Amino acid sequence: MPEDFLPIAVLIILATGLSFTILLLGQIFGPRRPNPRKGSPYESGMRPYGKGQRRVPIHYYLIAVLFILFDVEIIFILPWAVVLRDLGIFGLIEMGLFVAILLIGFVYAWKKGALEWD
Amino acid sequence: MDPALLVEWLVKSGVIIFLILTGFAYLTLFERRVLARIQVRIGPNRAGPLGLLQPLADGIKLLFKEEVIPDKADKVIFILAPVLTVIPAFVLLAVIPLGPEISILGRSYSLSLAGDVNVGVLYLLAVASISVYGIVLAGWSSNNKYALLGGLRSAAQMISYELVLGLAFIGPILLANSMSLKDIIQAQSRVWFIVLQPIGFLLFLVASIAEVNRAPFDMPEAEQELTAGYHVEYSGMKFALFFMAEYGKMIVVSFITASLFLGGYLGPFVDKLPLLGPIYLLVKVTLILFFMIWVRATWPRIRYDRLMALGWKVLLPIGLLNIIITAILVILVGGY
Repeated sequence: MPEDFLPIAVLIILATGLSFTILLLGQIFGPRRPNPRKGSPYESGMRPYGKGQRRVPIHYYLIAVLFILFDVEIIFILPWAVVLRDLGIFGLIEMGLFVAILLIGFVYAWKKGALEWD
Repeated sequence: MDPALLVEWLVKSGVIIFLILTGFAYLTLFERRVLARIQVRIGPNRAGPLGLLQPLADGIKLLFKEEVIPDKADKVIFILAPVLTVIPAFVLLAVIPLGPEISILGRSYSLSLAGDVNVGVLYLLAVASISVYGIVLAGWSSNNKYALLGGLRSAAQMISYELVLGLAFIGPILLANSMSLKDIIQAQSRVWFIVLQPIGFLLFLVASIAEVNRAPFDMPEAEQELTAGYHVEYSGMKFALFFMAEYGKMIVVSFITASLFLGGYLGPFVDKLPLLGPIYLLVKVTLILFFMIWVRATWPRIRYDRLMALGWKVLLPIGLLNIIITAILVILVGGY
């Protein structure tokens, strides 16, 4: 029921307003004396070297892809969990097969070293 | 639309925001005092009696600090990232019932903003993952390699443990036959789900500590190697917003744990005295928060590769196994 979510919209608006108010308060009360030293990247007092936005190891991407696979699986399990008692044995076997197929992929990714971090 | 309804929503939203804000302020003090006690120190006790005004003093200090924005930072994203991180912490609490229905002046009010939403658990999962964006964007827009690394680590860690969190959610749903938190709490009137789902509870506890980036899973902000992780370039009130998001999420996660596994607002005599409900809930939440601080004081940070291995190779298979066993038992036993 979409109207159930209306109160949440009220809360989101209030929370957003509050966050921006807090930002604004900091802008109003805080001093503002920029200089080149302050504006340079903070590296514990060392002179920064190299770019700030460097290339990202491919491994993070791999983890993200695996995450999408398994997150979709969990989203799929959620409604199944609600109606399992009505589905009975049939639902159990169906979900068992689904999880088994996913597990094959999981074991493959594991053996391929997608989960190793080096 | 009924104006009385709008007023009710506004009041409840105000209460939720007030709860998170004061909770955040006093959780910082609580954490410092508890950590100090565990380390045989005294902790902050100068500002006000027992140091109770310390959070106020900290807030005022941060308010008058200069907000540095790095020269090469992506300014718009840099400013928006803390806002994007903090909003989910406020919004999550909307679906959690803080107590049973109470009647004031002949009208009955439910003690939650949107506790009747029938996909409450799904809502929690969806909103909780939004704050990952804020953290990644903060790390990226700072133009600082440590911030970038912290943001990336944080993202990889949070999405990995979100899977475990999702799997741990399924146990209570299976037992309660519903995704609404109201129904899940009601289903625990005879026995709490921590008894029926001990493995699920442990999974949830570990995953939620990792999800809010707390020690021993605080890799994204590992001070010793990444200076401070994704919020290294933030100062003043923007830093306060990140801090607020972290502690706000700690509080919300404790509320969720209490609702899913510890019976929420249920306790003795709640039927007769509904106002006891919120008190029971707050006691449970405080105990969980204390546990989180205790863990921080006790455990060293674990290495990043071990962290990811723990999430993917240990907790994820256990979570799947737990669901399958629970499902089989639900089918065999029927009702519990």
